Amino acid sequence: MQAYAQQIHRCFRCGYCKFPSDFTDFNCPSYSRFRLETYSTGGRLWLIWAWLKKEIEWSEHFAEIVFSCATCRNCVEQCPMKFSDDIVDWIVAARSDMVEKGLVLPHIRDFLNNISKHGNPWGTARSKRDAWAEGIRRYKPGDEYFLYVGCVGSYEERGQRMARSFAELLDKAKVSFGILGAEEDCDGNEVYTLGEMGLFQELAKKNVQKFKELEVKKVVTLSPHAYNSMKNKYPKFGELQIVHYTQLLLEMIQQKKIKPSELKAKVTYHDPCFLGRYNGVYDTPREILKSIPGIKLTEMKRTRENSFCCGGGSGNFVTDLLGRSEESPSRIRAREAHEIGAEILVVACPSCMMMLDDAVKDEGLEGELAVKDISELVKESTK
Amino acid sequence: MEVIGMDEIYKSLAEIVDEEYVSNRKEELYIYSQDPGMMEPHEPDYVVMPKTTEEVQKIVKLANKEKIPIVPVGGSMSLSGLVIPHRGGIALDLKRMDRVLEVNEKSRHVVVEAGMTQGKLKAYLERRHPDLRHSIPDAPPSATIVGNIVIHGQGRLTQQYGFNSDMVTGLEIVLPTGEVCKIGTCSVSPYWFALAPLPDLAGLFLGWFGTTGVITKLGLKLYPNKKIRDAEVFVVEDPNLVPDIIYRLTHTEMTEDIVLGAQPYPPIFKDIIMIMILITGDSEEEIEFKRRMIWDALRTYIDSKEGGFSMLTPDMKQNLLKMPSDDTTKLADVLKGGGFEYAGPIIPVEKYPETYKKLLELTSKYGITFGHAGRVIGRSHCMMFSFAYPFNRADPDNIERTKKALHETNVASLDIGGVPWKPEVPSQKMIMERMDKNTLELMKRVKKLLDPNGIMNPGNWEAK
Repeated sequence: MQAYAQQIHRCFRCGYCKFPSDFTDFNCPSYSRFRLETYSTGGRLWLIWAWLKKEIEWSEHFAEIVFSCATCRNCVEQCPMKFSDDIVDWIVAARSDMVEKGLVLPHIRDFLNNISKHGNPWGTARSKRDAWAEGIRRYKPGDEYFLYVGCVGSYEERGQRMARSFAELLDKAKVSFGILGAEEDCDGNEVYTLGEMGLFQELAKKNVQKFKELEVKKVVTLSPHAYNSMKNKYPKFGELQIVHYTQLLLEMIQQKKIKPSELKAKVTYHDPCFLGRYNGVYDTPREILKSIPGIKLTEMKRTRENSFCCGGGSGNFVTDLLGRSEESPSRIRAREAHEIGAEILVVACPSCMMMLDDAVKDEGLEGELAVKDISELVKESTK
Repeated sequence: MEVIGMDEIYKSLAEIVDEEYVSNRKEELYIYSQDPGMMEPHEPDYVVMPKTTEEVQKIVKLANKEKIPIVPVGGSMSLSGLVIPHRGGIALDLKRMDRVLEVNEKSRHVVVEAGMTQGKLKAYLERRHPDLRHSIPDAPPSATIVGNIVIHGQGRLTQQYGFNSDMVTGLEIVLPTGEVCKIGTCSVSPYWFALAPLPDLAGLFLGWFGTTGVITKLGLKLYPNKKIRDAEVFVVEDPNLVPDIIYRLTHTEMTEDIVLGAQPYPPIFKDIIMIMILITGDSEEEIEFKRRMIWDALRTYIDSKEGGFSMLTPDMKQNLLKMPSDDTTKLADVLKGGGFEYAGPIIPVEKYPETYKKLLELTSKYGITFGHAGRVIGRSHCMMFSFAYPFNRADPDNIERTKKALHETNVASLDIGGVPWKPEVPSQKMIMERMDKNTLELMKRVKKLLDPNGIMNPGNWEAK
């Protein structure tokens, strides 16, 4: 934590971080939402430094500014300075300082407490974690894949739809897999980005212990958030492989275990930050879409490394610090998809699914633009 | 006149714009109290983000009635504290007003709102009008078009067409007393094509740093966007050669832009002056012809071995051709300190050698590093010479030395016969001290006439 305090003054507040690489629009979710300089990455870093220097005191508004960052890494991608890789880590470190001192907003506190007590951010009973999973087998040693469903996939209706859809495809491809059901715990990606390092370590330890006990060799995650934390933040052990479901899905298609047939639709694809900017997986989902005959894929103006975050990262899919406005990132993104004439906005992340599906409704675009998970499209094409 | 209380003002502002776009919270006041340069901060009392001219008008009327200072804010990229609310009041952040209102392809101009950024206009033109371009400065893309114009900024096309403020075709202003006023052909016609042939009122607002009104819309000349761009770098060691080299280059009328650079690090750059020459064309033949003309113009110096063209790798060329160039921004991290400050006086071209020597003298005297850039303005009519000093925000001693160097640089610039560009308040005072007394008196009269209550960006261009 001390390291960030010694470095954070290096931000010049030049504002490159507000844009995508071609400057076509603002690409920082919180700046797009609020437009006050305080909500830009530079403003946030300068405020954190001011707090460290005791030029400003902690306040709820200050915490809102610091916690409204969706940790989408657009700033990391666009900042021209040598320290660019560290920017999100500095913000996470500042949050961690606040969490340690108990200086968090009530809904962030509840988010973290619920995960600590119930294993999910809503505080729903653990016993309901597998309510969606009737008929889906529990993982047993020897299964090829352990399917990690995650909180949104387990508890949220649209996430559950994604989980069922992917599980059906796994069955269809005769891939042996199982889930953990009610014993599954949160992966902790959001806990990490919100700065609760103690809880994150506890969750990582528990999950790794479970993988060991069950002799898991391959984990396939529904959420890019879980993929990121397990792949990049969990302690390494054995030969454990972590893949995102799109990677396995493409493999199944390439191995002809799944054979998509014609499905006519004009679609666009929304890159999830934790799959794209965090892990460089851009082509895989697009290759899946291209494998479906009849699909016409049109890119939005902000795509791949320049993708515009839906605003759901870092717990915002629950805490909603960027919501309640026409300028909410998810609504801007829904409009962007609609403007290019897409009929389906394809996602590969349960959090993006929630955010964008709500946004389409808020924009009154139901009937014109549908939000679908990539596995749902593949499933439709294999009927 | 009864002065209404602070809460009442907040309430009035929240009635004009959505409450979400008004703040009197500490965090916003802190950020809007400063720019990324090294001028002393001063907090506003409110930050407001209007969306329309009508909202700006209501805010200005309120401020004028209550005699509250009002400071128009764009990208805050001047680094000389021109948007610091020295007397508090309202920081009027115009960046929500960021639409392109019109592009006239055949008459080659664009009309934008006050908050339109350099980056977004570039992207807009690239997508929708790829044959057109504007003169992009080397400020970050978050700098605004209007902000650049009110400081007499320069850009990529300045060597061909003059200061960016020479490219204005029309203005919409909210006067300090609340009237909305149009300047140029747009005041008598639906078209924003020129300031002429009318009396030139634009001068009442350009270079005034928002002390005479709030520009809400601006017409700007666009130029042909050629298909190919290329770069050459001519290197010399002797600064005395530079004025003649610029003279010869501009005589060819073949260049898009001529930018000079020097820096002490890495050691291969020490004691050399790089002259970046950019050319454009619609075909390889055109580029080759221009390149040959440029080489021929500098043949004397190549033959005498006093100068020569650098071999550029494709990566180096790509970097030179970037718009905006991020090299200037990267200066801020040279000391890993998050800041650089610069004086960029506008000087006669023949004063380059003297100015360059002064730069070396001052940086040596104060033990600070530098990045020098210069941009030729017009066909060698003058140039901007920047003394850019990276500083470390976390090192008070370094900040102090840099401040002293900056002050002395501004004094030296005036002594040499130049005029500090976008001067910070202390520099403005130095300029006004040396200014012709009748000119100063005229400035005072203009200011008083336009802004009788002195509400507009007080502290700036304040003639005693």
